Amino acid sequence: MMRPTDLTLAEGLEALEAREISAVELTQSFLDAIERLNPRLNAYITVTGEAALADAAASDARRAKGEARALDGIPLGIKDLFCTEGTRTTAGSNILGGFVPPYESTVSANLKRDGAVFLGKLNLDEFAMGSSNQTSAFGPVENPWSRANDPEKRLVPGGSSGGSAAAVAARLAMGATATDTGGSIRQPAAFCGIAGIKPTYGRCSRWGIVAFASSLDQAGPVARTVEDNAILLRSMAGHDPKDSTSANLPVPDFRAAVGRGVKGLRIGVPAEYRLDGLAPEIAALWDQGLDWLRAEGAEIVPISLPHAKYALPTYYVVAPAEASSNLARYDGVRFGLREKGSDLKDLYERTRARGFGAEVRRRIMIGTYVLSAGYYDAYYLKAQKVRALIRRDFELAWGKVDAILTPATPSAAFGMDEKQDDPVAMYLNDIFTVTANLAGLPGLAVPAGLDGQGLPLGLQVIGRAFDEETVFAVGGVIERAAAFSATPQVMA
Amino acid sequence: MSLDAATVRRVANLARLRLEETEVEKLQAELNGILGWIEQLQQVDTEGVEPMAGGAPVEVKLPWRADAVTDGAQAEKVLANAPDREGDYFGVPKVVE
Repeated sequence: MMRPTDLTLAEGLEALEAREISAVELTQSFLDAIERLNPRLNAYITVTGEAALADAAASDARRAKGEARALDGIPLGIKDLFCTEGTRTTAGSNILGGFVPPYESTVSANLKRDGAVFLGKLNLDEFAMGSSNQTSAFGPVENPWSRANDPEKRLVPGGSSGGSAAAVAARLAMGATATDTGGSIRQPAAFCGIAGIKPTYGRCSRWGIVAFASSLDQAGPVARTVEDNAILLRSMAGHDPKDSTSANLPVPDFRAAVGRGVKGLRIGVPAEYRLDGLAPEIAALWDQGLDWLRAEGAEIVPISLPHAKYALPTYYVVAPAEASSNLARYDGVRFGLREKGSDLKDLYERTRARGFGAEVRRRIMIGTYVLSAGYYDAYYLKAQKVRALIRRDFELAWGKVDAILTPATPSAAFGMDEKQDDPVAMYLNDIFTVTANLAGLPGLAVPAGLDGQGLPLGLQVIGRAFDEETVFAVGGVIERAAAFSATPQVMA
Repeated sequence: MSLDAATVRRVANLARLRLEETEVEKLQAELNGILGWIEQLQQVDTEGVEPMAGGAPVEVKLPWRADAVTDGAQAEKVLANAPDREGDYFGVPKVVE
């Protein structure tokens, strides 16, 4: 048998069902890998080994009685933005102090209901604000991949779900939960050579996920294969009365869609994504992806998304505005960090200045400014109108195509010492992903090739609202054609 | 539109973020860099466009629920993470003399 940590999630389920391995053995393999590699990668903030082994034993007992559930015994990592009952949840910030949630997020509860085993809580950019995992108060995460000609240079895993992507790529979890507000699932998945899907807004409940920008935040999985993502999403998704924006729709069998093929599908290529200065390797990979789809019977259709170029500045009004409002709750009174103050206002101000990192403070300032009297119309209202136009661009496109193919990121993973001085340069990482958040659409990143330095590059499939099945079908074809088999240098 | 130092201080006050005088200049430059980049939105013709509020990809009517008490009596859970408490209350510095 393969080494347990090399199994995909689908293979893991088969091996468990065939009694080739027990959930306890599988979990122990991952805990051993974490113990060995986490000191270097820093993917986990908290490891819950004892609880994981106890849950794995309970899973084995269920399977022995013939009562195994959809994910029984599968060891997963949980992004530390999901509240987990009884386990410290940090959001990558100092301001939450030693916060231990007295409740479980709906998404993680759904995974537990289906028998998953939680290995621990995964590192992230503070409050999910970042594209490099370097804004975490718990230190940066290292990408398990490195450049062929510069193997000593430490690269970022992307962000904000950098811990999730690095852990899965390095085989420190079979899959992981993540969240995506502007690209936080798809960009790190692409940087780490794995797959990840941001589903349609409303597909997964946001209840119990630490809020960043409520009209953009959406939970989704990351895993090594498209099929594993489909398996995880089915468990994570579903209507939840505790989130009024969660969609009351049936959850399809996403896994069945992965092998469906693309014969007869129309795949859109947005002209505006062909940026000036787009790296030739990225452009070539994109063309290769279109050729793969054409070879499988898809029709390639040029489309226009004329407002796409305004997506990032729109995002950097809407997201900070919502963040400044959501983060008002961190006041040092009811939970989390408290700094002493001479009066209540001084307590608030000292607590928030000390507890929030620089990027979070910047975004709170931008958000407060664009919502303040005299500037609301010029910035916030304007951005909401441009957002409506971005959504309309997609609505028009869906008259002509069934899915859209784009690069996932404008570059491969960059060095930990790069892009640090200019916030806007960092924001440009999300140029291909952020439109899907603004329009509420599903987007899947699939590893599709390597750049000249041997670093993974991903393609992105965007689909219609609540049509993740077509997205998975297209992603499945890309994955099979790419036959991506490269592995990172740091791996269990 | 460009932020002056006084506006930076005023916004920090609205956001309840303590700002040291030594931090104002750098923050001002960073914020102006970001806002200058955002300024390109003014090029977009949005005449007659309804602003998009919320994140739903298609217009949805938010559901109503019965106006009924669904939880409560969890004071211990609510207070479990309090940095300071007195009995069943959160403790804060004196607000009224």
